[in-house]
This record gives sequence, structure tokens and C-alpha cells, in this order.
Amino acid sequence: MAEPYRTQTAGSQLIGRTVIYTLLILFALYYLMPLFVMVTTSLKTLDDIRGGNLVALPREISFDAWAKAWGAACTGVFCGGLKGNFMNSVNFVVPAVIISTLVGAFNGYVLTMWRFKGSDVLFTGLLIGCFIPFQVVLLPMAQTLGWLGIANSIPGLIFVHVVYGLAFTTLFFRNFYVTVPAELTKAARIDGAGFFTIFWRIILPLSPPIIVVCVIWQFTQIWNDFLFGVVFSSGQRQPITVALNNLVNTSTGVKEYNVDMAGAIIAALPTLFVYVVAGKYFLRGLTAGAVKG
Amino acid sequence: MGSLSIRNVVKRFGPVQVLKGINIEAQDGEFLILVGPSGCGKSTLLNMIAGLDTITSGEIAIGGRIVNDLSPKDRDIAMVFQSYALYPNMSVRNNISFGLKIRKVPKEKQDEIVAGVAKTLQMEPLLERMPSQLSGGQRQRVAMGRALARNPMLFLFDEPLSNLDAKLRVEMRTEIKLLHERLKATIVYVTHDQIEAMTLGDRIAVMKDGEVRQLASPQEVYDNPADLFVASFIGSPSMNFIRCPVVAENGTVGVQLHEGAETFVMPAPGAGQEALRGWAGKDVIVGIRPEQITDRSPWSGENPHVVSRSAKIEVVQPTGPDTLVLIHLNGTPVTCRVHPEAAPHPGESMSLMFDLSKLVFFDPQSEKRIS
Repeated sequence: MAEPYRTQTAGSQLIGRTVIYTLLILFALYYLMPLFVMVTTSLKTLDDIRGGNLVALPREISFDAWAKAWGAACTGVFCGGLKGNFMNSVNFVVPAVIISTLVGAFNGYVLTMWRFKGSDVLFTGLLIGCFIPFQVVLLPMAQTLGWLGIANSIPGLIFVHVVYGLAFTTLFFRNFYVTVPAELTKAARIDGAGFFTIFWRIILPLSPPIIVVCVIWQFTQIWNDFLFGVVFSSGQRQPITVALNNLVNTSTGVKEYNVDMAGAIIAALPTLFVYVVAGKYFLRGLTAGAVKG
Repeated sequence: MGSLSIRNVVKRFGPVQVLKGINIEAQDGEFLILVGPSGCGKSTLLNMIAGLDTITSGEIAIGGRIVNDLSPKDRDIAMVFQSYALYPNMSVRNNISFGLKIRKVPKEKQDEIVAGVAKTLQMEPLLERMPSQLSGGQRQRVAMGRALARNPMLFLFDEPLSNLDAKLRVEMRTEIKLLHERLKATIVYVTHDQIEAMTLGDRIAVMKDGEVRQLASPQEVYDNPADLFVASFIGSPSMNFIRCPVVAENGTVGVQLHEGAETFVMPAPGAGQEALRGWAGKDVIVGIRPEQITDRSPWSGENPHVVSRSAKIEVVQPTGPDTLVLIHLNGTPVTCRVHPEAAPHPGESMSLMFDLSKLVFFDPQSEKRIS
């Protein structure tokens, strides 16, 4: 005999909810802990840090550490803070993200809508690019940058990141465009639109969800990159990740934890900003390929 | 001169020959149907007419101009797709006028054309909507509007009704037919649905395996199929095929059938006598449509071609207007179409009238029509 079907009572549902929310809040607190320590430490004075404990709130809020990290902290002999390096990062990350996204969109468009002999082989080749570790391309890339005459420069870094990012951006756009019916391109061709018109007027306007995914991905990758930055730039041209590393590892004088923390937050803010602004599109874009709207 | 001429067109994908020399002439204002099962090459042929696919060899001419090397936009055609292919980022108005914009038609002229098209298709209230806000039937109408706006020499329809539900499909079918009668446009229409083919077409090209098996008017294709495939493809429920030996008796030729233990001969119709004589003693395949086996004579008067026979009914399938009953002849199941009131219960016997005037005969080997 089948057992009578049991329905959930209001009471057991409440208990379930409580357990779930308690767990979620605990995990959220656990993951927010480091950020909390970073923010509070950056707002403390050095005396406060030495005298108090790690998780204590600052006795008085001071922005001196932030000002120093931004404009006056010393890395080696240079005492100009992270300001310059921050701008370096902005200067190569923004063009690198825009160029790699646009080229990726274009590649994806060609690989799905204008298939040619060997286009699948080409795509597979590009895919392999996603799995090549950074370290492998260091030497050939250094050689290439030398030949192109853009070694140790902002354009050099842009070039490196565009080349390395293409595999990913092409993959994103290609997989998005295979869900776009090919008949759309056919209809546009009969309507008289050419190769570039179709791209600009039909395909690109469909792409915002995947553009957002691509921009977030590329921005995070390029902004947070350390290896290419440390290898292909030096001195005043280094990106902020490298400068932060130098700042934290400077071993002369007193260890200024508050400045280190402020510097780390400054370095992390732009990616955080991009996530907050574009986050909801990010999720939407990631699922756009799977569920056809 | 035809509005569309397809001469000896061949399409090859590597070693595979998808189209094996197609020849079709369509007159000005003709509604031409390309029908056939999936993979018969009908959509490929349509894409080749549109210029979306290359032609391996042969010639396609639109309005007397050979278009083999012209790009789609220069062929003076418009196409309606199965998935509608509306530009999702544009309003209905912009969807319709996109082709005009690209061709640099002046703005006032564009507005005039869009207004005209919207009026023809009765979709003025939809003009400012986005495609995602439209139902399937409305989308299909916009897709047709986009084609109409261009006023081309030739319209191409690629299974435009396949994505609609059954009821809407019938409505749109009527609408397309009305539209054709109003515009007098030349239309090439691809479908796999034989009912669409029958109802819409002036002429039907029945295709299979990259060949046109028959190109004729719907009635001709229905009554006089060129081969076994055409006969089985057109008509629903499909024609009955019975393999049986040819016998000659007292100067008339007929086919020998048996129902249960009882054997009888059905004489071939007048036109078939001569052709069938040479087949005496051999097997042929007889084709008879379900409506030619009914409970009473289709003609009220005496018809010399109608033979009455009693047969055991095995399955009864009511469809509403008619009831389909299944009998066995020569061990083959045979569907007959009878009036619902006359339908007996399964297992009973009933008297059926066989109209032999439209019997068709096929060669069992080549599957070609004998008569």
C-alpha cells in the first residue's frame, strides 16, 4: 500500500527557511570578513593598528592612509603613490577591453554567419588558445613586441592582452551567435544589406547581453593581470597590480598596513565597480545562450 | 518567356549530388509549389533561386535575365522564411522599410509603401510594435509585408506556415492564396505539406532525391501521378497500393484480387486496357484512392466502372465527415472512405463500391506508371 501523501506544514516550512537564511547569512559574513578587515585597517592610524586587534573598529577614522597610498607611498626610490600606475592600468585596460570585445564580436559573426572552408578548424584552433597558459607565450611575445617596436609601452600591453583575450571573446560571441537564426542574415542579404551593414545594423544590436559578459570578463582578466604586467613593463609604466605588489613588499622602514590595505582596495575598486554596474546583465548574458528568449 | 526559368540546374556538395538537373519554367503570375520530403533538395533549390546558395551547373533566369552570378539583392526577389527572420531590434515599421532604406528609397516614398503594405495586410495597428510583442501569425504577416514592400519580380516562400499551429495555418493559407490572386505575383513556395501544395499551387513540382518527379497542376498530380512516389506522397490518407497479377479474360484485361478465400477480377478502365495487355501473367501494383472505395456509388446513375464487393472490416477510424475503414486485399491493408452512418463495427462485413475508372497501375520494379 502506498503511504498517504505528506504535505509540508506551515511550521516545518518556517524552520526550513530559518535554517537556510541563517546559513546564508553566516556564509555571507564569513566571505565579507576579509573585506571588513581591509576597510577598517585602511581607516586606522598606525598606532591604532599596533594597539588594537585585527577586527576591532578604528578608534578614529583617518583617510591619511588612502591619501598616502594614492599619492605619496614609496615603492623603491619613487614616492608618488599608486596614482600613476592606476592611470597606466586604465590607459591600457580600456582600449584592450574595447578592441578585444569588438574583434571577438566580429570573429564570432564571421565564424557563424559566413562560414567558409576551414572555419570550424580555425575556431578549434582559437579554442586551443583558451587553454594555453600565460607563461608559455611570454618569450615569443617578448620577441614579437621587440620586432613591433612596442616593448615596454602601453600599446605593447594593449597588444598582448588583445591577442591573449581574442580566444575567449571569440568563443563568447561565436557561441552566442550560433543561437541567432541564420535566416536573419539571409533575409538581410536579400534586403540588400552587405557584410558590414548586417554586422552593424542587425547582429551587433542583438549582442548587448554577450557584450556585457565579454566586457566584465575581459576587464577583470586584464585589470587583475600581474604576469604580463610585470614582464612586459617596467618602472613608471607598470600597471597597478605590479605597483601594489612592489608597495606591499617594500621592506624598508615601518610596515604600514593601513597604506597597504588602502592600496589593495584602490586596485580592486574598478573591477568591483564593473561588477556592480553590469552584474545583472552578466547573469542574463551567461544564460542567454541556454534559454532562448 | 517565363518569369522564372530553371534550366538543368545541378547542385553538388563535394561528391554528393543534391540536385540532379532540375528543369522548371514558371509563367508570369504563377503560383509554383516545390513539395517533397525532407532532404529532397527543395529548400536548396529555393536558396539557389534566391542566390543564397551557389549553382554548381545549369542556369537560373528571373524575368529573362540570367542571375547565376548576381548577388541576392540584385535578383529582384523577396523571400519569406520559416522562422520569419524579423530583425528583433527593429519595430515592425523598420522591419518593413529596412530593405527600402538600404536601397536609398526616399523617406516619403518609404512611408507611402509601408502604409500601403500595412493596409494590404491589415496590420496598421502593429506598425510601432517590436517583433517580440507579436503572435506567430502576426510575425508571419510582417514577414510577408517585408517581402511585399519591395514589390519584386519573384516571391520566394520557404515553408512559411510550418511554425504556426494547425488552425492558424489554415487561415494563413487562405490569406496567402487571396494575396496571390490580388497581386498576380509570381510565387515559388516550398513546403513539405502536401495539403498546402494542393490548396495553394497553380502547379506543383513534386521532388524526391534531387529530382522533379512530376510537374503538373494539383488535380493532375492527384489523379495522374507519374510514379509510385508521387502517388503515395500526394493525398491523405494516402493512396492504396495492391500488388496483383494481371489476367486476360474474354478479351478484357484486369487484375486479380483476393479478399479472404474469395478471388475475383477487376477489369482495368478503358484507357488502361491497351497498356496492361502486355503485362498479362505478370504482377503490377494497382493504386486506388480511399475515396474510390465507398459505401455507395459516387454517381447516382449506373456507372459501368463501379463494381460492388463485400469485404470484412478490420479497423474503423471516424474522422468526422468520413469514416475510414480498413479491409485486406491480397494480404495488403486497404483504406476505404465511407459515410459515417454506413460504417459497420470492426469484424463485420460490408458491401463496398469500387470505382475502377481512376485505377492507376505501376511497374513493381521501376515504380513508374504503366497506365
